[in-house]
Amino acid sequence: MTIVHIACKNLLRKKVRSLLTMFGIALSAWVLISLFGFNAGYESSLNRDIDSLGYQVLVTAKGCPYEAATLMLKGGTGLRYMPQRIADAIAQESEVEAVTAMLMHTVFDPNKGESGGYSAYLGVDPTTFPKMKPFMEFMHGGWFTQPDALEAVLGYEAAELEQREVGDLLLITEKNIEVKVVGVLKRTGTQDDGTIFLPLRTVQQIFGVTDVLTGIGVKLKHEADITRFEEKMYRLPDVQVVTMSQVKQTIMTLVTTAKVIVLSIALIAVLISMTGVMNTVLMSVMERRQELGILKALGATSLDIFMLIWLETFVLCVLGSCFGAVVAVTTSALTDMLVRNILPYAPRGGLMQISMPLVVMTVGTVTGIGLVSGIYPSWQAGRVRPLDAIRSQEE
Amino acid sequence: MPQQHGQVLTAECVSKLYRRGSEQVAALNDVSLTVNRGEILACVGPSGSGKTTLLNILGCLENPTSGRVKVYEQIIVDEKKRLSEWALTKIRRQVFGYIFQKFYLIPTLTVSENVMLPFVFYRKHDAPADVDSILRFVGIEHRKYHLPVQLSGGEMQRVAIARALVNKPSVLLADEPTGSLDSTRTEEIGELFKQLCRTEGIAIVLVTHNLHFAQIADRIIELRDGKLSRPS
Ligand SMILES: Nc1ncnc2c1ncn2[C@@H]1O[C@H](COP(=O)(O)OP(=O)(O)O)[C@@H](O)[C@H]1O
Ligand SMILES: [Mg+2]
Repeated sequence: MTIVHIACKNLLRKKVRSLLTMFGIALSAWVLISLFGFNAGYESSLNRDIDSLGYQVLVTAKGCPYEAATLMLKGGTGLRYMPQRIADAIAQESEVEAVTAMLMHTVFDPNKGESGGYSAYLGVDPTTFPKMKPFMEFMHGGWFTQPDALEAVLGYEAAELEQREVGDLLLITEKNIEVKVVGVLKRTGTQDDGTIFLPLRTVQQIFGVTDVLTGIGVKLKHEADITRFEEKMYRLPDVQVVTMSQVKQTIMTLVTTAKVIVLSIALIAVLISMTGVMNTVLMSVMERRQELGILKALGATSLDIFMLIWLETFVLCVLGSCFGAVVAVTTSALTDMLVRNILPYAPRGGLMQISMPLVVMTVGTVTGIGLVSGIYPSWQAGRVRPLDAIRSQEE
Repeated sequence: MPQQHGQVLTAECVSKLYRRGSEQVAALNDVSLTVNRGEILACVGPSGSGKTTLLNILGCLENPTSGRVKVYEQIIVDEKKRLSEWALTKIRRQVFGYIFQKFYLIPTLTVSENVMLPFVFYRKHDAPADVDSILRFVGIEHRKYHLPVQLSGGEMQRVAIARALVNKPSVLLADEPTGSLDSTRTEEIGELFKQLCRTEGIAIVLVTHNLHFAQIADRIIELRDGKLSRPS
């Protein structure tokens, strides 16, 4: 038999109380692991999202809001046009490996959802766009047959949403024109999943906006100096340049606010559960003064008693935070869903990335903080005098 | 006085004052006595006469307000000095076995674990064998794996005695050890105590209300209002 044995038996004595305390600790471990898991997951998903664009620089028309690229990522609206020849001009630059011209057009569809909604069509160049995204794979079918064909390629989720398969027709509501679905893409875990692709020229013709673009994706050569290229671009009239690293920073700044709020909540949770630990342990020390006094009379030193109580705290904290870690890992999908709803911009792919080192570190930290809050009760316990026990038998 | 050379405990002019509100109560008033090796000393007296206080002071659980206490030749406390907490703990471990009136077994631990408790703190490793032989000695071996709540008063008392004996003390201090026992059990405990003195040479100081039980003692002292009214 050891002190550990005595400590564990003591915790089992008040099962509900021990469980509740452990639950509090589990809660703070869960919040912390989820938070830091989100921290890691969000950034890597965002990076993947941006990498999957295939281009590092997006050129848009001047006057587009700075967040235009964000809108672009979201498949958004309100974009301005620029002349198509700019794309050719950019392609001439020495830093450029490839360019792809894009035209986004949105249409209000009264039948979409409960009160109608926007359908977005992305016109892409059938010759350059697929080359820029070689990782795109088709589930069925393939790319467009003609540069101005009335054909559409659907992202995985767009196909599900529109309930269309290869060979089906898709109605473009406002113009009453039907296009034929020629391809459905595999799930990529990026924005492409929700996109309806049409040939660039088809979009221009259908919506009567010839020779204009909303965006030009520019893929630079490996050795290219992005900053210098950016400066060059600004010399062009009517355009602005958004590098994807800027986009990333903008989004990360937006997310930081949310993170700060969650972190404060996490800290409060930790604080509360630690107060809980202190309270529980202090209470059990008070209740057991007699017993502790007896242990002292039986030869326990103050240090022995201190260690006994501290061990109880330790066991509570370790079990609680491990339980919290298990919960955090098993519910990370759910957390992902919840977080997705409150974020200004959520990339596709997993937002939560819970790694082993993160779990170990959090369990360690929570246990450490728990041990600190156990010091005072343990010290109080160590101070109990053997006499207290013998005296209280008189009552 | 018999066995003068074998003094285990010595109290010289020990007084203990308690403050109760604004007035002071003398729980012990100038008490002097010695306890010798292998003898049973019974302390009787009415309730509130200071018996428990005396036992606590002799057992180094409490300091007297004035006077001197010695264990063997070592001065525990006198006018000038007081041993440190650590030194006191060591003396408690080596010299004393305590039996408390209400047994104070740890409710979460089994009989044998309760008896083993002192070993946990001494960090001795040959514990189990000692524990078994002591449990056999007090006749409670068959209850080894039971929890205190499953025991009768007499059985709990035996466990408490076993726990007090497990570190092979040279002095056993027992505060009303038969307080909650019927007369047959009381006699059994009395026999056990006498056997301990004979075979192990343990000195026993016991506090009791039961004048009949006190007859097992070699000497009887009586306390009245904190004073020895019948010095041995
Ligand atoms: N901690 C204490 N504080 C104040 N008075 C005490 C304390 N302990 C004992 N006393 C008083 O000292 C006297 C002797 O007590 P005690 O030694 O317990 O007597 P006994 O054991 O003979 O019944 C009693 O009057 C008691 O009220
Ligand atoms: Mg008493």
